[in-house]
Amino acid sequence: MAKLKYRPINLGRWLVWGGTALVMIILPLILTAGFTLTLLSQIGVGIIFALSYNMLLGQGGMLSFGHAVYSGLGAYFTVHALNLISQGAFHFPVTLAPIIGGLAGATFGVIFGYVTTKKAGTTFAMISLGIGEMVFACSLMFAGFFGGEAGVSTNRVMGQSFLGITYGPSIQVYYLIVGWALVCMAAMYAWTQTPLGRMANAVRDNPERAEFVGYDTHMVRFLTLVLSGFFAGIAGGLSCINYEIVTAENVGAAASGGVLIATFIGGAGFFFGPIIGTIVFFTMVTAVGAMTKAWLFYLGLLFLIMVLYAPGGFASLILMHVPVIKARLMRRLLLPYAAALVTGAVLMAGLVSVVEMTYHFSLEAGTAPGMKLFGFAFNVTSATPWTVAVGLLIGGFVISRFAWAAVGRAWADIVHILQDRAVV
Amino acid sequence: MSTAIELRGVTKRFGNTEIIRGVDLAVPRGERHAIIGPNGAGKSTLFNLISGRYPLSHGDILLNGESVSGLKPFQINRKGLSRSFQVTNIFQRMSVFENIRCAVLWTLGYKYSFWHRLGGLKDANLHAEEVMESIGLKARRDTPAGVLSYAEQRALEIGVTIAGGAEVILLDEPTAGMSRTETSDAVELIRKVSQGKTLIMVEHDMGVVFDLADKISVLVYGEVIASDVPDNIRGNKAVQEAYLGTEAH
Ligand SMILES: Nc1ncnc2c1ncn2[C@@H]1O[C@H](COP(=O)(O)OP(=O)(O)O)[C@@H](O)[C@H]1O
Ligand SMILES: [Mg+2]
Repeated sequence: MAKLKYRPINLGRWLVWGGTALVMIILPLILTAGFTLTLLSQIGVGIIFALSYNMLLGQGGMLSFGHAVYSGLGAYFTVHALNLISQGAFHFPVTLAPIIGGLAGATFGVIFGYVTTKKAGTTFAMISLGIGEMVFACSLMFAGFFGGEAGVSTNRVMGQSFLGITYGPSIQVYYLIVGWALVCMAAMYAWTQTPLGRMANAVRDNPERAEFVGYDTHMVRFLTLVLSGFFAGIAGGLSCINYEIVTAENVGAAASGGVLIATFIGGAGFFFGPIIGTIVFFTMVTAVGAMTKAWLFYLGLLFLIMVLYAPGGFASLILMHVPVIKARLMRRLLLPYAAALVTGAVLMAGLVSVVEMTYHFSLEAGTAPGMKLFGFAFNVTSATPWTVAVGLLIGGFVISRFAWAAVGRAWADIVHILQDRAVV
Repeated sequence: MSTAIELRGVTKRFGNTEIIRGVDLAVPRGERHAIIGPNGAGKSTLFNLISGRYPLSHGDILLNGESVSGLKPFQINRKGLSRSFQVTNIFQRMSVFENIRCAVLWTLGYKYSFWHRLGGLKDANLHAEEVMESIGLKARRDTPAGVLSYAEQRALEIGVTIAGGAEVILLDEPTAGMSRTETSDAVELIRKVSQGKTLIMVEHDMGVVFDLADKISVLVYGEVIASDVPDNIRGNKAVQEAYLGTEAH
């Protein structure tokens, strides 16, 4: 008889979850710059949204171009519910209001999902795009519900304060988001360890065989989508409480595209990938967005580079180093990595200069030809800065190639060593 | 004895070509039945029809006396019929254990549950371990199916097929491409897992066929030209000309 080893209490897992919770709780106490709380709240909501998206993309193999439909409609239902509650139509604690968004998201998952999940692959992707456009069009047609151009506003502060919690100060909203994010993360992780979660992987990998072991692939995809819509709706409800306004943008294509990019650059193949992706995504949007008009260009570039060179996302880039560290071979990579970093910085400096100067040239050359970049002030209509910028770009590209070749060789050596050890 | 599988005038056309041309066949419960015939005779197509992968053009198929034509593969599977594939068709990225556990979840009643924790499903896990042991892949428990050797993948293909405990098992060329020792291992495995069940097997290796089968049907150009006990098939003139003869050339 086979002996089974069960580990009901997994210390490592508790450490990871406890550590995550701790970091989320103390971060706003450490980072006190004005924008960080806004950013952290955005990341918290974004993590729920991206993880719900990855139930489709990563676990279920469904590429959706319209996931904001579920979060956005969840946000709309929450905003109307909050307004009704504050008018005294019914009693409901604001703390639990995101569940209204979740139920709305799940309900629309039932309505739209039954058709969209009949087929996977391209068909699913196309229909999700169509539904996204359809719902966005509805937001213009039904101004009563969607609030037209201005959207629908609400006030999250209502009723008596409970233990001093009013959700007036942003920090209280942040901790509300943290609480929901932790619960949702745990729930979505648990889902990957259930029969439905596992069969979603099976249907993703080999739908035909799944049917021959008794599973209706349509039903597996459908239920996955409904659950994913539920968590997306919770994210929508939280964003409604956070911003106190919901507009058509919440259901729009940009929001659907954003979650796709965040999930992908983080790594759809790993549970924690979308978490990393969301952090990188919003940090970039906020930090780079504050510095330059060209932030969307850089985001697009990052996405492009990841798709081409690291399709497993940051998560796989991190995980591929685990066996190397365990085998104590990391130091073989340090020098090549340092070289890649330095040469990459030169390349980036060239690229950023060219992009920024081009932006400045095309937008403001006539009125204000002077600009400042990396601490240097210069005139964008003169030739010298262009020569330097293009020189950095080309020079950086050439030396980067050498550095990357060295990285490649170091990795080849390491793979070789690991294989040899495995044989022994 | 009652009939497990019955085919009545089963016909399949792809475009204008009739690949299966009016096959009648009845396999009693508990029988080990081999289907032989030259390449392209339509043996795999016949399995695809029985298991619901393709719709029939004409005729009817009964499983335990109940018509299953027009049903989807998962519906037929839930009625107790399971099949393997000539070209290995498993969950390549999952471990051996996960492959087999996926194949037992439905029959154990976990269906679409998202309120059970897989690690806590004692029956499913124990059963998956047992199946893994019986197909000889215990040592490969956590290996991704995609990196197994060919013979191991074929064993896993059988494991996934039988794990759900189906009463009627269809195996499509389970020993194709195996060495002699691998084949004899596979024969023992098939004998063991088909104990007390109805087995229909497409097989090219005549040694395997005469060793395992209670009865043999010969399919040539989409028609069953003979269906009898092994000794009579061996002595059948038409079969020798149409099939065994050509093999010997
Ligand atoms: N999906 C299909 N579409 C068209 N023709 C097919 C299809 N499947 C099988 N065939 C044809 O049916 C014939 C029988 O194939 P098959 O059943 O695989 O033979 P066997 O398993 O006996 O070697 C072959 O000529 C094959 O080309
Ligand atoms: Mg065949």
